Order: sequence, then C-alpha cells, then structure tokens
Amino acid sequence: MTAVIDVRQLHKTYGDTVAVADVSFTVQQGEIFGILGPNGAGKTTTVECIEGLRKPDGGEITVLGLDPRRHRAELTQRLGVQLQDSRLPDQLEVGEALELYSAFYRTPADWRELMEVLGLSGKSKTKFAKLSGGQQQRVSIALALLGSPQVAVLDELTTGLDPQARRDTWELIESIRDRGVTIVLVTHFMEEAERLCDRVALIDAGRVVALDSPAALAEKAQAEQRIRFHPSVLIDDSMLTSLPDVTSVSHSGDVVVVTGNSNALNAVMSVLARHQVVAEQLRVEQASLEDAFLKLTGRPGQYHGQDGENR
Amino acid sequence: MAATITASVVSREPARGYALWRLAVTELKLFLRERMRIAFGVALPLLLVIILGSIPALSKPVKAYSGYTFMDIYVPTLIALSGALLSFMAMPIVLAGYRERGVLRRLQTTPVGPVRVLAAQLLANFAVWVVTAIAMLVLARFGYGVALPRQLAGFVVAALITAAALLSIGLFVAAVAPSSKGAQAIGALLFYPLMFFAGLWYPVAGMSATLQHISHATPLGAANQALTAAAQGHWPTGLQLLTMAGYAVAFGLAAARFFRWE
Repeated sequence: MTAVIDVRQLHKTYGDTVAVADVSFTVQQGEIFGILGPNGAGKTTTVECIEGLRKPDGGEITVLGLDPRRHRAELTQRLGVQLQDSRLPDQLEVGEALELYSAFYRTPADWRELMEVLGLSGKSKTKFAKLSGGQQQRVSIALALLGSPQVAVLDELTTGLDPQARRDTWELIESIRDRGVTIVLVTHFMEEAERLCDRVALIDAGRVVALDSPAALAEKAQAEQRIRFHPSVLIDDSMLTSLPDVTSVSHSGDVVVVTGNSNALNAVMSVLARHQVVAEQLRVEQASLEDAFLKLTGRPGQYHGQDGENR
Repeated sequence: MAATITASVVSREPARGYALWRLAVTELKLFLRERMRIAFGVALPLLLVIILGSIPALSKPVKAYSGYTFMDIYVPTLIALSGALLSFMAMPIVLAGYRERGVLRRLQTTPVGPVRVLAAQLLANFAVWVVTAIAMLVLARFGYGVALPRQLAGFVVAALITAAALLSIGLFVAAVAPSSKGAQAIGALLFYPLMFFAGLWYPVAGMSATLQHISHATPLGAANQALTAAAQGHWPTGLQLLTMAGYAVAFGLAAARFFRWE
C-alpha cells in the first residue's frame, strides 16, 4: 500500500479564526478515507487545502506526489473534486455539462457511459435547474469522475438527499472504489462513515482527535456494554449488582438495564439461569461510532440527515 | 443503480484550444436561452434603430452635422450602446452570478484554468455584439437608407478596439462587484453617464466644447467618435484608438488583479 495523500501538521487561519490548528494523516491507495467531525471543525478547509483551492499557513501536503498549489495543472488532471454548495448554470443541460467538462481533461471518461452508470441517461436534455437534489448531486459526482481521476474528494456528498437517494449514492461510492479510485469522504453523518469508510479521521476544533477504522474507534470509546432485558419474574437487583463484572443496574419500567464490562453478558446470563429466570426481549447494545464521536468531541453526532453547513 | 462503473477512457492529446472553444460555444448557447439577455443585448438596440428610423425628421440632412442625417449620426452611437449593454450589464451580472452560485469554484477544480473561463465569456459576448452590430447596419441601410460604413476597414478596427475597451471594463465590474445585484447596480451607474458622452441623448456634435473634450476622453465617447468617423469614410484617429486601448489595458489588468473565484 502506498500513501496517495500525505498531510503533515496542516495549519490554516482566516483572520483571527483558526480553522485548522494541526491536522496530519495519510490516505492509502484504494481506500475510502472518512473525514468526520462536527460543523465548523475544519473538515472542509482541510480538503480545500488538499485540492489546492486554499493556501495553507503551515504544514506540508502532497497528493499523488504533487504539491497541490505548485502543481495545480497536473493535480486537477488526476484529482476529482465534488464541492459542497456548487452549482451549474440553471439553463445548462446535463449532457452539455458533461460534454463540456470532458473537454478539459487529458484522459476523459466516456461521458455518455458515465451518465448511464449514474442513472442520468434519461436526463441528458434536462436543464440543471429542473433536476431534483439527488439528480444534481449525481451530476456533481459525474463531473468529479469525468477526468478518470486516481483520487476523488467528495464533500458532504449526501447532505440534503432523502434516505433512498443517500443509500443509492453509497452504493455508487463503493462501486467507484471498486474501480480503483481512492476516495476521501467528508461527512458529518455517523451512519455514512460507518457504512462506507475503511478508516476515519475524527476532527474537532481543527485537530485530529482520533484516527482508526470506524469499528475500532467505537470500541475504544466504550469498553462497557449495556444489556437490556425483560425478566420473566421479578428479580432482586442485588443478584446482579453482586457480580464483579457488572457496574450498575437500573430499571426502565419493566425492563432491567445492566452495564458492565465485556464479560458482563456471560455473568448475567448464568446467574439468571441459576435462578431460573428467563431474559425476554434481550438486547445487547454495542458502542457505535456515535458514542465515539460523543465521547471524543463532547457533542452528539448527527445520525440522520439534516442540512448542515460547515467549513 | 449500477453495481460497477466501467466507463471507458478516451485518451487523446490535450487540445487547449478545444476546451476554450467548447466553453465559448456553451456560453453562447446559455446567452441565447436567456430571454432577458437577448431582450437587452440584442433586441433593444435593434428596436431603437427601428423607432428612430421611423421618425421622418431624423432622416433629413442637418446642416449642423455637415449634411448628415440624425440617423447617420445615431447608428454608430447605437452600435456603441449595444456593446455597452453587453459589456456593462449582461456579462458582469452573469459572471458575478456564477461566482455567487459556485459555478466558478467548480471550474476552478478542473484543469481549465481561469484565463480560458474569462476568455470564453469575452468571446461569447463579442460574437453576440458582432452579429447585433451587423444586423443594425443592415437594418439601417435597407430599412432607413443609412449608408454602410464608408471606411469599412477603419470601422472594423474601431469596433475591435471598442469591444476590447468595453469588455475589459465589464470584467472589472464583475471582479469588484460583491454580488450579481451589485454588478447590476455598478453596470447601470457606468452605463448612463458614459452613454451620455457617447451622444445617446444628445449628439456629441451639438455639445459645448468642454463637454466634447470630456466625451472624447471617455471610452464610449472615443468609441462613438471612431465609429462615426469610419462610418463617414475617415480612418479613426490614433488618439481615439489609443484612448480606448488605454482603457482596455488598464481595466483588463485591474480585472485580472482583483478577480475572485468565490
């Protein structure tokens, strides 16, 4: 595996505001790398520096061995970019846009095929303004892929899409990766990062606070597990609290909630069996990326789609 | 949605001129799709030729204008007017709108580069102006008996330099305007006084000496002077052409210096 993107100690301020304090990470070839964080964490600024759209105040960036500012002409040939909040002229037809943009590249993909793959072939003659949000987003993805890039940076890809369009887009991203394109995905949706990313950099207040696979991040965040069940007969709490693996027991209506370490489930099940209590509607809650987000940033992450601004 | 992406790659030598050509053609298509842009940039100047041409008194020779008719004097002015409408109003509003809506930012992420984006915009508006100007000359000639430019080569040279001066000023407006609404306001602020000095409301030949001097120093005044001279059979003077070339260079450089992509 070779590093496709190398960001070292990136620093960027806007006037008095520090947008990125200190961000370092590397992206390996062929992976889907997530940049996750609350609004205003510095995610977009970070990727704009990678794209060469902004000049870092400190640190070093190489993308495909190129300096994003000094080798802009070459980089734009090999790096596909999907920006948040960018549109096409209202009166421009989808087919015209793709044909126009493919004229910019040395090795353009066949834009007609790309339209078909993205489910836009019936929309060739449709003007940009007449497309739905999901369709506009797919045009945007098509434009990012037109130059047959080796790396694609996708910023807030599914913001503003309905759940079905979002799932379709996820499938599409996976198929782009299968084609050998390295992908950097900026998002503030936990679900999206969990579903798509091989590794995630969690950015908060301009710093990388964690960097690992989504599952490993979740595990680190919470060693405890939570067990919920409905006991078949009334039980005495002390039966559970006396177990060394259990840290707390509480009640929520008829439901008993037990927290404890990774052995707690075994211990609870065997003590219940000994007392011939059946645990009905048993649920074991594993920590999620959202728990990691909450623990590391002190803020709840967004699980469900809402429009969000960030920079 | 398809499970795999297998779009094939079309390899070819980078053709720099091709990208510019496609951009310019696209901008031209977009121009022709906007009724407002056609109405102001193309239809309004032609309509003015028809309205003024239909007033019999304006087609009679006037002694104060060395025997030329009002129409003879007005056609070059109206040609300058159509160039000013395109350069000060249509183009800056479009470019500022592109900036507002992220169209320019998206182009910035591609290899096309800023120079070709602006050049395409200039080419498209220039093409519209050339067609409009020819239509105005033909309409005036065959509808209202106004002679075609007697010094045709001089007229073409004057028109080219006029276009360069006006479009550079338009680019500058697009560069400094905070928004498309701002571009509209600045364009209008420039348009009305400059058109006064081009003799839109009152022929320059009838102005006081001071006003005539000021007129000759303004871009549209110099344009009007050069176009009128060529229409009447004389080569535009070096001063007229240099005045416009000066505006073209100054505002072109300022536009390049101040242009923002977002």
